[in-house]
Amino acid sequence: MAWTPLLFSGGLAFMLFSLFMAVPFGEPLMRVGGMIQQTDGELGAANLVTAVVLGYRALDTLGELAILFAASTSVGLILTGVKQRTVSVECEELGELFEQASTLLLPLLIMVGFYIITHGHLTPGGGFQGGVIIAVALFLPTLAGRGAALLNHRLIQQVEGGAGALFILLGVAALLQGESFLQPWLPVGEIGALFSAGTLPLLYLAVGIKVGAELAALLTHLSTNVPSPEVPR
Amino acid sequence: MTLAIILYTGAIGLLVIGLAGVVMSSHLFRMLLGLVIAEAGANLLLILAGYRWGGAAPIWQAGQFPTTMVDPVPQAMVLTAIVIGVGVQALAIALLIRHRHYSGTLQRTGGLNQLQADLDREAGVRHTRSSDAPTLNPLTEVEHVH
Repeated sequence: MAWTPLLFSGGLAFMLFSLFMAVPFGEPLMRVGGMIQQTDGELGAANLVTAVVLGYRALDTLGELAILFAASTSVGLILTGVKQRTVSVECEELGELFEQASTLLLPLLIMVGFYIITHGHLTPGGGFQGGVIIAVALFLPTLAGRGAALLNHRLIQQVEGGAGALFILLGVAALLQGESFLQPWLPVGEIGALFSAGTLPLLYLAVGIKVGAELAALLTHLSTNVPSPEVPR
Repeated sequence: MTLAIILYTGAIGLLVIGLAGVVMSSHLFRMLLGLVIAEAGANLLLILAGYRWGGAAPIWQAGQFPTTMVDPVPQAMVLTAIVIGVGVQALAIALLIRHRHYSGTLQRTGGLNQLQADLDREAGVRHTRSSDAPTLNPLTEVEHVH
């Protein structure tokens, strides 16, 4: 019955095609985008995607952070008890070039990450993208075979918790002023300036630090739990 | 119209190829790779759904928002979907590592056989496979060399 998956795939493709061909291309049926355009930057964010992610649906972003937190926690839970073997054992002969390059790249990557985070409300980018770059920067020493010396797990956990708390506290602060939870509340300022858009850059900073710390911990966790080669396949 | 067909073919093709990979592959890691490909296709479909003819990026340019711009809402959705996808992939990889520690293989039927053997041993039953038992997938019966 090797052809049944193919039949399923063909049917799925046909269904999706006929569904999407019924929708006019290039003329979105959803009116939400137009409505957001007509608000004319009431949140002060030059990047409307950021306005949507952190302004109009900030609560969903909080849920998203919770999902990421749950995933990274479960990875830790699942991998406890698995025999530890650090990658550095077999990466000792990576060479001088790679080690030096990783040392040079580390501050550069962290700077680029924070640049992308702090300009999330002005240009494409933001907390999630910049956070991933910071995570890669923190993961570089592990790749270069110098172990996870840089990554103090306790410290990373505290930074992560602090960033998550900052996000929620910014929401509660809006609540204290009689607004809704997570409603942007600082002065909007001038659209396009670095210090504008009220609380949105602060929220993105919290998101970026949290994502960076979380993914760095996750990557290190995965890399230090490589299955030993002596296990029979 | 042709442009729409080409773009939709790309996105739906990725989605279908990925899901076919999930269904048809006999190796668990390849199933995960199929899932990743399917995710890319789904994200592309979402982005296409928010496209507007002649639309610019939804970003403040030269003192105003562009009069015709693509829908920012699907883009925000895809941002979410990518992040969630990373979480799911990390979780799946952790499960695969655990699975390989348990059964010593990542073949789809390998884990099943191991589980059956463990169950039989716990129950005190001799673990035998009947010669009449249907082979799940003839490919996996061959010992794979990695």
